[in-house]
Amino acid sequence: MLGRMRVILRMPEKEEKTLEGPRKVREVLEALGINPEGVIVARGEELLTLDDRVADEDTIEVISAVSGGRA
Amino acid sequence: MKCKKCDRKAAVEVRRQGLAFCPEHYLEWFEHQVTRAIKRHQMLRHRDRVLVAVSGGKDSIALWEALRRLGYDTTGLHIQLGIDGYSKRALEATHRYASERGLPLIVVDLKEAYRLTIPELAELTRRKTCSVCGLTKRYVMNRVAVEEGFDVVATGHNLDDEASVLLGNTLHWQTDALVRQGPLLPAGEKLAKRAKPLYLLTEREILAYTLLRRLPYQHEECPFAAGAKSLVYKEALNKIEATSPGTKQAFLEGYLKKIQPLLQEGLKGAAPELRECERCGYPTTGPVCAFCKTWDHALSWAKRKDLLPGTTVFEAKPKLTFVP
Repeated sequence: MLGRMRVILRMPEKEEKTLEGPRKVREVLEALGINPEGVIVARGEELLTLDDRVADEDTIEVISAVSGGRA
Repeated sequence: MKCKKCDRKAAVEVRRQGLAFCPEHYLEWFEHQVTRAIKRHQMLRHRDRVLVAVSGGKDSIALWEALRRLGYDTTGLHIQLGIDGYSKRALEATHRYASERGLPLIVVDLKEAYRLTIPELAELTRRKTCSVCGLTKRYVMNRVAVEEGFDVVATGHNLDDEASVLLGNTLHWQTDALVRQGPLLPAGEKLAKRAKPLYLLTEREILAYTLLRRLPYQHEECPFAAGAKSLVYKEALNKIEATSPGTKQAFLEGYLKKIQPLLQEGLKGAAPELRECERCGYPTTGPVCAFCKTWDHALSWAKRKDLLPGTTVFEAKPKLTFVP
C-alpha cells in the first residue's frame, strides 16, 4: 500500500499530510516546499538529519523553529 | 550520517560548520557555544546575579537551562502582556519550567501594574503592537534589574534575530541602530548591562537543544507576529543559508568585527546625551522617556473613553510578584 507516511506539520499550527515512502528527510521537505533551515524533523523523540530515511509506515513531525517579534 | 565525536548516529547537523552530532555530543557542543559567547564578550561572571528575560518560548527557556547548567545564579523575569490565551499559556510554560527546577521567578503583569494590556495600549496610542510591546518589555526588564540589584539582564536573542535585525537596519541604513546593535550592551547610570549569550546559535539549533533536553516551552506564535518584517527577513536569510551555509553567521560577525568599529568611529559624538526622565528618573534623550510618554498618553485616552476611572494615576514603577 502506498502513501502511508504521516507528516505532522507544526508550523506552528498543526496540519497533517500523507506522503509515499520510503524517502529521505531531505526529499520529504522538498516535496512539501519547506526550507530545512527553519525546521527540525523528529520521529517520536528521535531527531532526524536530512540524510535519514523515513519508511512508508513512519509518522514524523516537522517542527518550525522560526519565531517572530522580539524586544 | 555519524556524530563527529563518536561513532553513533547523528541527530543534529550544524551545516554552517560542517558538523553533526549524536544527542549527547550535541548538548555538549551547544553549551560550549554559549560559554564561548559569554567569555568572548565578558557577558557574565559566576558571581553575577543574572536576570533572565523569559517569555516561555524556546529561546528564553533554552537560555535559562543552559545558564543554569553552566552554574550561573539566575532568576527569571516573565512579563504578562495580556494577549488573550496566548499570554496565559506563555506563563504556564515559564512557571512549569521554573517550578520543576526550583528556580526563582519574578512576574510583572502589565494589566495589574499599569491597568492596560499590550493590545489595549497599541489601540489607544494607535501604534504598532510589536513597537509598544518591545518598548514596554525593555523598560520593565531594565527597571526590575536596576531596582532588584541584578548585575545583568540576559535575553534569548539568537543568530537569526540578530542577522535579521542587521539586514533590516542595513536595508534602511538605520545608522543609529547599526551603531548600537551587538551581543552586549554595557551598563550605565540606571541602565543594566544586557547580554545575548545565544547570539551565535540559530533558531533551529536552539529548538534541537530544547527538544533534546525535553524542556517545556510554548510552541505558539504571538498572534501579532503575523506579517512582521522580521519574519520576511528571516525567511530571506534562510533561503540564502540553504544554498550557502554559514552566510548568516558571516554576515553578523563580519559586521560586528569589520564594519561596526568604523561606523562607531565615524559617528562618534553623534549620539544624543542621556538625561533623567522628568517622570520616572530613568535614562532618556528627551525631557520625558518614551515609556512614560506612551503609557501616560494611553491612560489619558482610556479615562476619556471611560475605560478606566477618572482618578487613575500613571505610576511607572512596576509591581512585582515573586514566585514561589
